[in-house]
Amino acid sequence: MQNKVNKYLRSEMLPHIWCPGCGNGIVLGALTRAFGLLDCDQDNTVVVSGIGCSSRASGYLDFSTLHTTHGRALAFATGIKLARPELKVFVIMGDGDSTGIGGNHFIHAARRNIDLTAIIFNNSIYGMTGGQSSPLSPLNSKATTAPQGTLERPFDLPELARAAGATYVARGTTYHANMLTQLIKNGADHKGFSVVEAITACPISYGRRNKMGNGYDMLLWQKEHGIPVERARKLEPSEMEGKFAIGELHKSDAPEFTDIYERFIDEKQINHREAKKA
Amino acid sequence: MSIRERLSGNEAVAIAIRQINPDVMPAFPITPSTEIAQMVATYIANGQVNTEFIPVESEHSAMSAAIGAEAAGARSLTATSSCGLALMWEVLYVAASSRLPIAMAVVNRALSSPININCDHSDSMGARDAGWIQIYSENNQEVYDNFVQAYRIAEHPSVRLPIMICQDGFYTSHAVENMELLEDREIKDFVGEYAPESYLLNSRQPLSVGAYGLPAYYMEAKRSQLEALKNAKQVTLEVAEEFARLSGRNYGLFEAYRLEDADYAMVIIGSTAGTAKDAVDKLRAEGKKAGLLKIRLFRPFPGEEIAHALKNAGFIACMDRTESFNGQCGPLGAEVKSALFNARLMPEVINYVYGIGGRDVAVENITSVFEDLIRIEQTKDAGDRYRYLSLRE
Repeated sequence: MQNKVNKYLRSEMLPHIWCPGCGNGIVLGALTRAFGLLDCDQDNTVVVSGIGCSSRASGYLDFSTLHTTHGRALAFATGIKLARPELKVFVIMGDGDSTGIGGNHFIHAARRNIDLTAIIFNNSIYGMTGGQSSPLSPLNSKATTAPQGTLERPFDLPELARAAGATYVARGTTYHANMLTQLIKNGADHKGFSVVEAITACPISYGRRNKMGNGYDMLLWQKEHGIPVERARKLEPSEMEGKFAIGELHKSDAPEFTDIYERFIDEKQINHREAKKA
Repeated sequence: MSIRERLSGNEAVAIAIRQINPDVMPAFPITPSTEIAQMVATYIANGQVNTEFIPVESEHSAMSAAIGAEAAGARSLTATSSCGLALMWEVLYVAASSRLPIAMAVVNRALSSPININCDHSDSMGARDAGWIQIYSENNQEVYDNFVQAYRIAEHPSVRLPIMICQDGFYTSHAVENMELLEDREIKDFVGEYAPESYLLNSRQPLSVGAYGLPAYYMEAKRSQLEALKNAKQVTLEVAEEFARLSGRNYGLFEAYRLEDADYAMVIIGSTAGTAKDAVDKLRAEGKKAGLLKIRLFRPFPGEEIAHALKNAGFIACMDRTESFNGQCGPLGAEVKSALFNARLMPEVINYVYGIGGRDVAVENITSVFEDLIRIEQTKDAGDRYRYLSLRE
């Protein structure tokens, strides 16, 4: 397996620049192993990323990669996918990237159900700029822009994705790394807009300020708070208080956008040709 | 009473904000300006100010929220850099043409791509025609002093325009320098309370902001906006004079350094002016008549005054910390040459692009520019009038 996936990494770019204890390397590892399970063809796969710690991941992956602007990765990816629907397109974003500055692109990619696999590194904070609250920072959590705790409620990312129309929604954590690999693989296999939220630790900018310990402690926190969805569904809301479900949270079938568009163009072309003949 | 301190440029801005205690600050993180919003958030959490901080979801939202707050009669501000400023593009124009005196701390940084977090002026130079007043700072003291003066200029009844106070990313925003602060009370008295003449939700004077402008009125609206911007020049001088009485520190439209009798002049913006002053001193010690003009007010551009200050220089280097892709000059080069032409002055002007994307500029690099000017005088051959300084080839 190791040899099979090493080819997906630009190993000359390693070691990575993430901080000690950061979970992003684990998400990158899960993603790389998912590429292995999918037997991804490097010449027909594109990795698009936004801005932030998460989006540095595209630099380590040996595919055609596009490092874009803050929040807009999905818009760039939509262009790629429409131009070349046969390409497999993965989109790497962070929590602030995808739901803050890029929130609009996120809901519209979901609404279109375009066949992209979005992996959202959720570390609950804007890590790269030094720990400002993001739209996924838990209520009352501390950030450099909220020294006494945030006053704003966070999004529930999977609920947001599902409500906006995403047809595959999953959540994993860096503690449950094998599950995360499988969720990414399943998301990529799914035809339509797939969202995989990866809960990852930012001990430097989030954990330290919120007394969550180091990277190891934060992994244990994920173990204790991430409840497999099958079990979570059987628990009372009070028992799920402060915890979150992990696994495949939502899967549905809906027409995929590039398919619809291709059919639409084909139909119009045929009509046009026939009209000319007549 | 002045207070001696050691502060970074970002801290200097944050302290000025604390002392002013403005009403609303929407902001979105972006390197290297992020610290300013963080420090203000801390002042709020500590109860030191009653500013309302909005952790908006983008810079476009930051400027939009600032426009909303300012239109409602609140003194508002934000801070940003680079792509953040670029994302505000649409609403920068709305702020200026709605005549809303918002203050913005711009920490200059290169634009993408390649992605680069280091200093150059491509962000604020890209926004130079948005109708904002632009003031640039050389060092941390100037960052503080300029920010303290910002609202007085912007809110002046003859101006009423938004203002950018620019400083160089990392060179001043993160580097710590010795500087002097004024007492909180002195700042509060100097800046005063904001009492706008018109604002939304004033039942005695209903108001519509940002309305549709038909062709019959649009040009007149722009022309009146221009008049307001032109007024900012005189107001900048008056505010500087008052500030000098308070602080003992003098500011003008620009700073002329050993320029009066200079044969070789450099025109520059921002932190590199400090480096250039060292180069000028070194050349003067060798008997070479070098001088410097450091821009403070870039919008409105004080063209007549600058041309007058440069009238004795036969050889001028215009230093642009941005590429404007017109193929013949940078924005500062264009302004200076235009001002000289209007004054019917015809010195040799060489325009350099330097320090973009954080390329370091040392005294030797600046000295080499003056040496180029001296060589041009000796050989009577200007060569390429648009050049890159310290380019690896």
